Amino acid sequence: MAKLVYFAWVRERIGKSEEELDLPAQVTTVRDLLDHLKTLGEEYEHALQYPEVIRVAINQEHVEHSETIAGAREIGLFPPMTGG
Amino acid sequence: MSAPTPTIRVQAEDFDLPSELLALTKGRHDIGAVVTFSGLCRDEQGALSALELEHYPGMAEAEMTRIASLALERFSLLGLTAVHRYGKIMPGENIVLVIAAAPHRQAAFDGANFVMDFLKTSAPFWKKEHAVDGSARDWVSAKDADDQAQEKWR
Repeated sequence: MAKLVYFAWVRERIGKSEEELDLPAQVTTVRDLLDHLKTLGEEYEHALQYPEVIRVAINQEHVEHSETIAGAREIGLFPPMTGG
Repeated sequence: MSAPTPTIRVQAEDFDLPSELLALTKGRHDIGAVVTFSGLCRDEQGALSALELEHYPGMAEAEMTRIASLALERFSLLGLTAVHRYGKIMPGENIVLVIAAAPHRQAAFDGANFVMDFLKTSAPFWKKEHAVDGSARDWVSAKDADDQAQEKWR
């Protein structure tokens, strides 16, 4: 089980701010995860239509899409940041 | 000497710049330069009624602390304060505050500038615009210029 948290328009498009998901064994990297989520329904497809723009954090630290998700307690998905 | 501990806060309420400045410098005789930066909500020529700031609780503080620690070390700062607000913010209100203290002005300017450039691109905050007619507009898009501003510190 992995806890997924969503922010900004990723949250709005998926329609929830967090969820716990059982992930198939073949989902091992962030890129695999994004591909898998896109198969879960049109709201996910809409949110993750351009996966290359999605920023990801594992256990609240930024990671690249090539990173493994093994050991992840919390995975955050969000658009590029616009604070400051 | 180990780097000083930065003051980092993520909060809904406003901050008071003079109080924050005093808290950083009071009783210190080693600080020769302080640079303060504050970012405010602007109304985009009357089009915006408010900005709504969303953040990733926990990660926002952690990322701001990481950025502040990099700046303290890189510019040998004597003190650093960074405060970022979240929630609904009206035109004219404060959004973000950075105060950098150093023995000399160049380090203080560079430290504040560095922290702001990294806050923009890696602290997990997102702005949504609200139009004057009450409707939600859209999420603010990330700017290439902000990425380029961060790149210059490589």
